[in-house]
Order: sequence, then structure tokens, then C-alpha cells
Amino acid sequence: MNLHFTALLTLSWRNLWRNKRRTTIMLGAITVGVWAMIFMTALMRGMVDDMLNQGIRNLPGHIQVQHASFLDDPSVVNSIVEPDASMRKTLDELPGVNWATRIRVPAVIASERETRGINLIGIEVDAEAGLSGLPGLISAGRFLESDADEGIIVGARLLERLETGLGKRVVVTSQDPANNIRERGFRIVGIYRAKLPGLEEFNVYAARDTLQQLLRIDGRVSQLVFMGEDFRQVDPLRQRLRKLLPADLQIRTWYEIDSYLAPMYNMMDGFVLVWIIIIFLALSFGLVNTLVMAIFERVREIGLIQALGMRPALIVYQILLESLLLLLIGLGLGNLLALATIIPIQDGVDVSVVAEGMAMMGAGSILYPSLNLSDMLLANSVVILLGILTSTLPAWRAAKLDPVRALNSN
Amino acid sequence: MSAIHCHQLCKTFRQGEEVIIGLDHVDLDIQAGEFLCLSGPSGSGKTTLLNAIGGLDRPDSGEIHMGETRIDQLDRGALADIRLHHIGFVFQAYNLIPVLSAEENVEFVMQVQGVAAQERSRKARAILAEVGLEGLEDRRPAQLSGGQQQRVAVARAIVSQPDLVLADEPTANLDSHAAEHLMRLFVELNENHHVTFVIATHDKRVMSYARRLIKMQDGRIISDEPQ
Repeated sequence: MNLHFTALLTLSWRNLWRNKRRTTIMLGAITVGVWAMIFMTALMRGMVDDMLNQGIRNLPGHIQVQHASFLDDPSVVNSIVEPDASMRKTLDELPGVNWATRIRVPAVIASERETRGINLIGIEVDAEAGLSGLPGLISAGRFLESDADEGIIVGARLLERLETGLGKRVVVTSQDPANNIRERGFRIVGIYRAKLPGLEEFNVYAARDTLQQLLRIDGRVSQLVFMGEDFRQVDPLRQRLRKLLPADLQIRTWYEIDSYLAPMYNMMDGFVLVWIIIIFLALSFGLVNTLVMAIFERVREIGLIQALGMRPALIVYQILLESLLLLLIGLGLGNLLALATIIPIQDGVDVSVVAEGMAMMGAGSILYPSLNLSDMLLANSVVILLGILTSTLPAWRAAKLDPVRALNSN
Repeated sequence: MSAIHCHQLCKTFRQGEEVIIGLDHVDLDIQAGEFLCLSGPSGSGKTTLLNAIGGLDRPDSGEIHMGETRIDQLDRGALADIRLHHIGFVFQAYNLIPVLSAEENVEFVMQVQGVAAQERSRKARAILAEVGLEGLEDRRPAQLSGGQQQRVAVARAIVSQPDLVLADEPTANLDSHAAEHLMRLFVELNENHHVTFVIATHDKRVMSYARRLIKMQDGRIISDEPQ
């Protein structure tokens, strides 16, 4: 078989370069097609990763630990005891993991003119920076200075709705665990602008200790929020936390918590596959045409190699090998071109021209292409597998040629 | 036992509404080591008979035996194996693979047969030298004259020492000098290597080399005489 392969390989390679112009055009088409598959997928992946990262940072974190009933009733009643010093030390030592406690309760905020329903979030000031990056989003005023800070941070959009401003006082009303109404005045010390503008309207941040005092929940929090290094690798972290934390606490990953982000992430894989197949279909017409023309031009030779004793199956292999060589060269060039165009823009492409549209989708105005090995492998595999599949028909037809007619053809 | 035994071979072709008789109840025995010419006018059935014997075309009826194997009932793969290991073809139009050099063309059959590279190269060079093409091994067909191309085709046909060489009008595109050279080569191979030759021709010079001459007309054998 090795000797057959050498003979077929020699013949296929030489045949490939018989019509240099046609082969070059086809190689160009495959190269551009493969480049488009990988480059566009990297951009789309980058956009979706950005959307996910933004979403995860702004809302759930990678993992949340909370009372088993918190998701059904996110009120102060379903709070948990905050970790003691020993547990804090253990959690702090988890490699590559940032974590913090949060209080999350529904509340009402009132200015002199307007009243709005909000998510009131009590944060650990120092730890929060490693989770949500909130300090970096402050567009006016300051971030909270301690866990006992008496100021409040609101989103720019909520500020507009409340018709108030930085330095003004607002009143926040919520309930304590005994269902008593609790309210308190806060001075607006900072305004933030979220990458997802919708969040600006609902999330209001205050210092954790201040809220514990307001809600009469000393030593209790709504949840522990953990952020690992990669949102795709949250399951190992969950398993570690399961061993460390009390069994009655519910541990949920971002994809279990968020009903929008997880399907979007899963849909992306399907979308990439569809995108790659669509480009391939366009390519396949050229590929089949090239092979059909190549076979049509050498019907007589195919008759000859049949007459010399080449089995029909070997003729099929020879044509498929020719197609495979074409595909492999095209893939090689396409991959190189994709790498050559993606690597220089790894630090981000400014798409602020379409920032509003990107913001609507939950992505930022800098697009970071995300080159996944699995996406490259998928594109390469699809091109090879479907390429060989579409080449089978012309190859099979070549093998079925009648040798006498083929030898007598002009 | 005969090298080739044909019994009551019939073959017809359709050309539009017209039915053309290719072979009409042909009986033929060819012994190993024979040097035989099939002659007759165009359309007499020479090429059809060669194609049938070579397993390139199937008769409508009748039997073809090669040694003890009945080849007219074999499938395409098995026929390909018979051609690969037992038959060498020389065609009128040289029929070399244009993308391969002279040596590679000669090696091609051996490569498919599974002969090791060194032996292939040694045999190919030796046979090319034998047909007078020493020094031209690396040339592609387009760089060779018609006579040289035909000698490459002959070298390819005989390099793996087939039992039978089928040649269809091998001198048709050659000048008289090249044709004579080729025929002398055939005779030499027949005498030295005991290769059986069946040559379809209407060239009288070629017929003069044959030791047995079969004349065909309208798909039938009308005479079969030793020379």
C-alpha cells in the first residue's frame, strides 16, 4: 500500500500543477475561505467572550454561593452567615481566585423628584475591585472608601431618571428579616457608567457593613461571589468549593444562574459551525468544478491507467488525494493568513464607530479577537472532511469510466 | 494449454439506430511465445478483439480464457489485476502520462505492482537502455520525439515481463526508420524474453515480421496462416 501511495502521491502532485492558473485560483479561494472562517470566528468569539465577561462581571461572577432559597426569593430573609476568619483564609488561598461577600436586596430609591425600584448591593470595598472592576467604571465622584462608608454609588442612567446629581442625598428603603421597613439617607458619592447601560439603571452600590447595619443582619450576607481565571473553567472551582463550604449552601455557576448568557455561549458553538459550513459550501462549488475540469481534461489518461492495471478504487484514491493536496495547501495558507491577521490585533480593535450597537449586544467598544484552537481545528476538519466528501462524486465517476471509450476520447 | 483461448466471441456496437458488428463468432487460440499479427481494414474487428483479449472490453457472448482463468466474467478489479500482472499494452498514440518522466512512466506499472524503489529504478533504466533511450530517462513525453515516446511505451509494456503484449497499430505514427527499429525490438523481446506478441496492424512492413498472420473482415477471421 505504501508503494501504491507513493505512486498516487507523485501522480496527484504533478497533476495538481498541470494547470497552474486554475490551481492557483482555487488555492486562493480556499485560502481566503479558510481565512474568513477563522478570522471572522475569532472576531465573533471575541465579541461573545466580551459580552460574557461583561455580563459575568456585572452580575453573577463565575460562581455564587448562597442560601438554597435565595434564587426563588432574593430577600434579606434568605441570607447566609459570612465566612469566619479561618474560612476567609482558606478561600483567600485558592489560587487564581478572587472572591467577596455581597448583600443583594430589592429596594426603593427616592430623590426629591422620583422614586425607582433597584437592586441594592452591599460590597466589600477592597475585594470588589477584583470581581466587578467597579472602581474603574466610576465616571464622576469617587468609589467607596471603606466597608463602613456611608455614601452610595449609582449609575449615570439612574441618576437621570431620579433627576438628581452627584453629592445630593437620596433615601433608600428596604426590609429587615422581620419584615420591618428600614430606610436611610445616603449621599451620592460616585456615578458609574457600565459597559452594559441597562445595569446602570438598576444596580446601586453601598458599603457592606453600612447595609448590614441598615438591614439588621450583622454577620450575614446574601452571597459569596467567586471569580476564577476563565469562565469556561468553572466546574473544577465549584468542586473545590463544594468540599470547603457547608453542605446546605447552594453553589451555582454563572451558566446556571444566568438564563441569557449560557444559551448565548452554547449557541455560539453552533453558530460557528454553521458559519464554517456556509463558507465551505461556497468553496465546494469551486472545488468540485476544479476536479471535474481536471478529470474532463484527462479522460484519456484515466483510461490509460485503467488499461495499465490500476484498480478503480486506486483511481478514486488518486483523485481524492489530488483534492486532499489542494485542500491541505489551501488550509495551510489560510491558517497562516488568519494567524498573520489576528495576532497583530490581539490587543483589540477599536469599534467605537458602532459602539451603541455593540453596547446593545452587551459588548464593549474594543473588540478583542479570540483565537481558539478548537475553532481552528473545527474549520480545518470541516474543510478536509466535506472537501473529501464533495470530491468523492467526481472521483467515483472517473473510476467508472469505460477504459476503451476513455482511451479513444480526444 | 493455450496462452489465450477465445471461443465464439461476439460483440456489437450501437451507433444511433445502426448496429455495428465488432466480433462475429470469433474462435482463436494463441500459444505462449507466439508473434502474431491481426490484419484487416478499418472496422474489421482487430482492435475490438485486442480490447477483449486485454480485458478492456467485454464481449456480448463467448468465452475468453487466459491460461486457466476465464477472464470475460471477472469484475473490473480482477481484470485490472490481470492487466497489471500479465498484460502489457502498446497503443497507437503512445499514451504516456505527460506529467511523469520517461523513467517514471516505465516505473509506474511496477510501482502499482508494489516493486521496491531501487529495483524499479534499476529495471526501468535497464529497459530504457535496451530500447535505445539511455540518457533520456528524465525527459517528459513532450520533450521526446514520437518514436522515442513509442519506445518508452514499449519499455513500460515489457518492463515487468508480462506474458502477453497487445499492440494496437504501434507503428501508425512512426516514420519508416522508427517503425523498423520498433519491430526489431519486438522481435528481439519475443525471441529473448519469450513474450507473446499480438499486434493489430494494417501496415505490411509490420506483418512481414509476424510468424502468424490472421486476417479479419467484418468481425470475422477470414484467414489464419503461419508466415
